[in-house]
Amino acid sequence: MLRFALTRLSLVVPTFIGMTLLAFFLIRLVPGDPIETMAGERGIDPERHAALLKEYGLDRPVLVQYGIYIGRLLHGDLGKSMITQAPVLSEFAALFPATMELALCAIIFALVLGVPAGILAAVRRNSPFDHGVMSVSLTGYSMPIFWWGLLLILLFSVQLGWTPVSGRIDVRYYIEPVTGFLTIDALLSGEKGAFRSAVSHLILPTIVLGTQPLAIIARMTRSAMLEVLGEDYIRTARAKGLSALRVVALHALRNALIPVITVIGLQVGVLFTGAILTETIFSWPGVGKWLIEAINRRDYPVLQGGVLLLGVIVMSVNLLVDVTYGIINPRIRRS
Amino acid sequence: MTSAFAIEQPTTTSHGPWREFWGYFSANHGAVAGLVFIVIVLLVAAFAPLLAPYPPDLTNSAVFLKPPAWQSGGSWAYPLGTDAIGRDMLSRLIFGARLSLLIGIAVVAVAIVVGTMLGLVAGHFRGVIEIAIMRLMDVIMTLPSLLLAIVIVAILGPGLMNAMLAVAVVVLPHYVRITRAAVITEMSKDYVTAARASGAGRLRLMLSEVLPNCAAPLIVQASLGVSTAILDAAALGFLGLGAQPPASEWGTMLADAREFVLRAWWVVTFPGIMILVTVLAFNLLGDGLRDALDPKLKR
Repeated sequence: MLRFALTRLSLVVPTFIGMTLLAFFLIRLVPGDPIETMAGERGIDPERHAALLKEYGLDRPVLVQYGIYIGRLLHGDLGKSMITQAPVLSEFAALFPATMELALCAIIFALVLGVPAGILAAVRRNSPFDHGVMSVSLTGYSMPIFWWGLLLILLFSVQLGWTPVSGRIDVRYYIEPVTGFLTIDALLSGEKGAFRSAVSHLILPTIVLGTQPLAIIARMTRSAMLEVLGEDYIRTARAKGLSALRVVALHALRNALIPVITVIGLQVGVLFTGAILTETIFSWPGVGKWLIEAINRRDYPVLQGGVLLLGVIVMSVNLLVDVTYGIINPRIRRS
Repeated sequence: MTSAFAIEQPTTTSHGPWREFWGYFSANHGAVAGLVFIVIVLLVAAFAPLLAPYPPDLTNSAVFLKPPAWQSGGSWAYPLGTDAIGRDMLSRLIFGARLSLLIGIAVVAVAIVVGTMLGLVAGHFRGVIEIAIMRLMDVIMTLPSLLLAIVIVAILGPGLMNAMLAVAVVVLPHYVRITRAAVITEMSKDYVTAARASGAGRLRLMLSEVLPNCAAPLIVQASLGVSTAILDAAALGFLGLGAQPPASEWGTMLADAREFVLRAWWVVTFPGIMILVTVLAFNLLGDGLRDALDPKLKR
């Protein structure tokens, strides 16, 4: 098992190096001189220009620059935002819980609806319910979620007035961050109505962000379940006279869930992609919105650090899923 | 998708591969519906100047945010209403079909050509070249797709061409992986050995022996890839990084419409429906192609 985990870990190293290279060359690929780009249209006098080149180490050979960059990375130094002058890492750390809270809610939403829908669709194969689930999930999979978000706002916030249009909580409340998850912090603060407000702000973004994972999970659960239901041991279980519920819930589901778990792990990338759009639509103060703002302000260190951090998170989760998969399913370990 | 199982096996008379393919494909109603819709959109795109009642960027200061014809205040002069600067929604949607299809097809074309080449090279010359190519593809696949596309556009600058290039890079790994995997399986087969024994050079082996036999999965991926490309490009347009105004790209139209979401539902609704239905059509087509081309399903 340890050997398996170490092999997987060693496979990740080149990917990580590749990502640092990408992040490193990102700034250098921007046409023109990075300092002039940073200075923008105001321009910059030659003296200050030279000083800044030296400060950022841009006057040294590229390989040396890359070495310095890696050295700083390993010390947790991802540079400073050009706009706020705050360290990129601490800005990221402050905003990440908001994205995390949203992403967790979205994946729970997707699981709670997707897994039962997929199971039922497989058990009642070719029934109207099955066709319904498959049509809805294909539509969800094809959904431009930025438009989906606008539609939901149009319906639930504008027409019905049930949910707020944007933000994480009503401006009336100020909640001291403890966990960074505003719903939990609001509960802890004991302020009346704060929790309710936080939850109501969370509903629409959760649905929007959860739509694509929901579609993927429902489809995956259905096909995994169909495959397992055709196996001999299921026939045996049925022949023994076990109830249909017992066969499906105990015998089939366990094995059908293995590929589903892998798919859940792979949703991290989908969730981050979705978070960029969802946060932009709902003005959700997370890392997705932060990155889009960084692009609009040409804040390259933020972009560079943010991409690397998100990449590392996705990579780590994938690795974790791989290793977990190996624990659950010994056959994988040997191959 | 499941209906592909229900069709009967072809009778013993040989129909040829196309007839057989069509037999499997046409049994899948969703796929046929997708194909029909795509053909319609292609025709609309081709004849846009004839079909559209107005030029796409003709503004009319008399009719700002006019509702669709069937709503009070609407008129049949503008069947789907007008946008914030008095442009006809219907005409913009019709011309938008051109851009979206162009994006989808161009992106996939670039990704297929580059991806197959890289995949062929990686599958043929194992070793360092293969490792370098595949690790690079791993990096691309690890990063969230839209994030990488955004970064590329941020470097190159916003615009339709750069957005297309960015999306092509993002979808590239699928084609490289499929081709490489197919090449590695095909290379060990007898017909390749036979071709090699009869003196076929490397290039001939790759292009005229192995490549045609990897075509099926690539065709399926291409159809599904068009939908991803349209969706991602629209997302970039929505974020202001894709096609720039006044281009009538559907995602860009949505970005313009965002601030009017409270007052004018039609400027938000119609471009989104077009994106959704077009993407859905390509996904249905891709599913149908997969069922019809995948020999494992042809019991």
